[in-house]
Amino acid sequence: MFLLQVIPSWKETLFLMPELQLTLFACFILVLDLLLPRGKKTLTAYAALIGIAFTLIGVAQVYYVTRNVLPTLIFYQMYVIDNFSFIFKVIVLISAAISIAISIKYLETEKELRGDYYSLLLFATVGMMFIASSYNLLMFYVSLELMAISVYVLVGYLKNNDKSNEAALKYFLLGAFSSGIFLYGVSLVYAITGELNLLEIAIKVSLFILGTDAKVGVGAHYLLAFAVALTGAGLLFKVAAVPFHMWAPDAYEGAPTPITAFMSVAVKAASYAMLARIFLVAFPALRTIKELPGWLPFFIGVAALTMTVGNIAAMTQKNTKRMLAYSSISQAGYILLGLIASNETGYTGLVFYILAYTLMNLGAFAIIILLRRDDIKGDRLENLSGLIKKKPVLAVMMLVFLISLAGIPPTSGFVGKYLLFAGLIKADNFWLNRLAVLAVLNTVISFYYYAQIIKAMFIDIPSDDKPINLNIFSTISLVFATVLTILIGIYPQPFIEISKSVTKNLAPVQVNQQTSPTPTPTPTNDSGIDPSIDPNLFPNVIPRK
Amino acid sequence: MMEQAFFLILATLAVGAALSVIIQRSPLYSAFSLIGVFACLAGTYIMLKAQFLGAIQMIVYAGAIMVLFVFVIMLLNIRKEETALDKYRYLWLLSIPFAATLIVEVLYTILKVTSDFTSLPEMAKRPEVGDSQSIGYGLYTGYLMPFELTSILILLAIVGSVILARREKD
Amino acid sequence: MVPLSWYLALSAVLFTIGAVGVFVKRNVISIFMCIELMLNAVNLTLIAFSSFYREVSGQLFVFIVMTVAAAEAGVGLALVIAVFRNRESLNTDDINLLKL
Repeated sequence: MFLLQVIPSWKETLFLMPELQLTLFACFILVLDLLLPRGKKTLTAYAALIGIAFTLIGVAQVYYVTRNVLPTLIFYQMYVIDNFSFIFKVIVLISAAISIAISIKYLETEKELRGDYYSLLLFATVGMMFIASSYNLLMFYVSLELMAISVYVLVGYLKNNDKSNEAALKYFLLGAFSSGIFLYGVSLVYAITGELNLLEIAIKVSLFILGTDAKVGVGAHYLLAFAVALTGAGLLFKVAAVPFHMWAPDAYEGAPTPITAFMSVAVKAASYAMLARIFLVAFPALRTIKELPGWLPFFIGVAALTMTVGNIAAMTQKNTKRMLAYSSISQAGYILLGLIASNETGYTGLVFYILAYTLMNLGAFAIIILLRRDDIKGDRLENLSGLIKKKPVLAVMMLVFLISLAGIPPTSGFVGKYLLFAGLIKADNFWLNRLAVLAVLNTVISFYYYAQIIKAMFIDIPSDDKPINLNIFSTISLVFATVLTILIGIYPQPFIEISKSVTKNLAPVQVNQQTSPTPTPTPTNDSGIDPSIDPNLFPNVIPRK
Repeated sequence: MMEQAFFLILATLAVGAALSVIIQRSPLYSAFSLIGVFACLAGTYIMLKAQFLGAIQMIVYAGAIMVLFVFVIMLLNIRKEETALDKYRYLWLLSIPFAATLIVEVLYTILKVTSDFTSLPEMAKRPEVGDSQSIGYGLYTGYLMPFELTSILILLAIVGSVILARREKD
Repeated sequence: MVPLSWYLALSAVLFTIGAVGVFVKRNVISIFMCIELMLNAVNLTLIAFSSFYREVSGQLFVFIVMTVAAAEAGVGLALVIAVFRNRESLNTDDINLLKL
């Protein structure tokens, strides 16, 4: 009886079904791993895939049930159900599924085939799903750590490999450091607003800027700027944006390759979900403010640096894993452009590009993983040479992923980049236009190193004659990624519609002053809520007795 | 006045111990200094009427986490700390802007954050928080979900540590 | 009555010392201890403002930060042991930490 009083209502718990299912599967795999004899551990991978399939069905069910009442807040406004959370859950689930599928063969080759690997991957996915749905800074922190701790362990999973251990330690220390910085930002936000709920923070922050709600002290504006900068810096660490990227190349190189793929895609997508949610829901009023630096100039600088440094560093790499690591750093810069543009096209581009990037980057890594054979590590550029002669299909698939990463039509990467750049140009601001030009220039630079891989595959002679074996899971995931990459590129309309619907009710405080570089905050009425806020944009809250 | 003096003593001790954490060459002495910081902070928590967290700070942080640290330091038998900062000397430079920003922040804070615990009458009317009852009530109502999530997190941490630290059977 | 700003200042000083320590220290365990110091500075701010606003949420945040820190310490120290086994050294110069 006590439980019935404690849990808000059993109905609300049902909305958590997908996450609970995945958690149960993760625990189940741990037990299954103990029961299975040594040779049969692959079964745990199947169980993990089944778990993800069930979870995807669960997400679809929750969507079906709640589609008319979106967005809804449950569990004392801790957890939000909206289109944004749905699409990010689908993205992380798909990337987890593909990462598991491409891990099976890799772990066999590394002789590290155990079930706990898949269990940790599922725990990380649970964390990411909670990030996608969090609506409270505390929830964000806990789910972020849930994701991060699993990934630390996964990076160091190859215990007999020095590089893997070292990468895990570096990633751990810098991850914990960045969490500390993020937390300090959060604590200062709490100091100013006294709230942890994103919507309450948004309201308090706008009141604070207007000077009608200065509980802490009248001149404490700088404190707010400092808080936002620290929160942003902590999160930019997680997405590996320059100058917070120093952990990324080492961690990506040392980690088991499927985990590198998972980190560069799912962890990045979840971190972006968090960044977008916090900055668009809680701090939209701080985008540009007269007396404060605001987060826009900060992000513009970071995006410009990220794109440029990532691309230039990638040009000099001979290790494909490291090259793709730097490439994914520069891709993070492009994604940030959507947040900077702060208009519908930009937000659509942000979600769309993350979706496209997930598929193409996973595909590229899947092919690198296939090159890992008996004693060939497969992460050097020369391992790719002459791929067209050995496995023409793989070479063509890799070509698709690379031209998509470079942003050449007719692939999904092109449409995504187009949307992101168009968002910047639509914003019609001097600096944003310059940024768009820089982004296009960077795309051109990136052709150079993608072309290096293409040249190796199509022109160079093979460096070894060991055959490349595909198993059924790698084949399915590669075909899936290739087909979708091309399909989204040729027929992007439905995906653009999905991305648009996702961002429609994400930011409760609409930012519509793109024309003026320094918008003045709109005056508030008695209710303390900005009158320009569309009441329909506020999430539903299930009332409680 | 009494309270302020007490705070100043605790703060001085805390800052001194914190400095000692980074000045000490031996990780073991650093760990002991850190326990000192934790103890001083527990004192400030109690001054802030957060008795429950003050106790938890001593029991969990100083008691459990730091014992774990000391245990690992002893286990790995690390006596000599780092050699001189030769190879990565430039990292020192990175810490300077960091420190400068934060020191400016401290000065601004003292000058600009004018509010006080009694300056807002509508706040003073609310009941005090910080006893175990209010914390427990909060954890099992509004903050039930993060609380349950931490349980998954702890399970994960156990599994993760076992995976990382166990030896291969071969 | 202790002014609110004093708590904020103490927290900022401790956070700075921790952050500087992360850059200055050369031993993995010491770096990790400096990160713990940063987390404690955060906790102090949260508790001070929790008392100021008379809201329990800040203290619950601290409660959970402590739990997460314990979990993180477990995993982090396990990693340290794993690296030590392979390397016999925890000096960050030897393991090339922060290769920029």
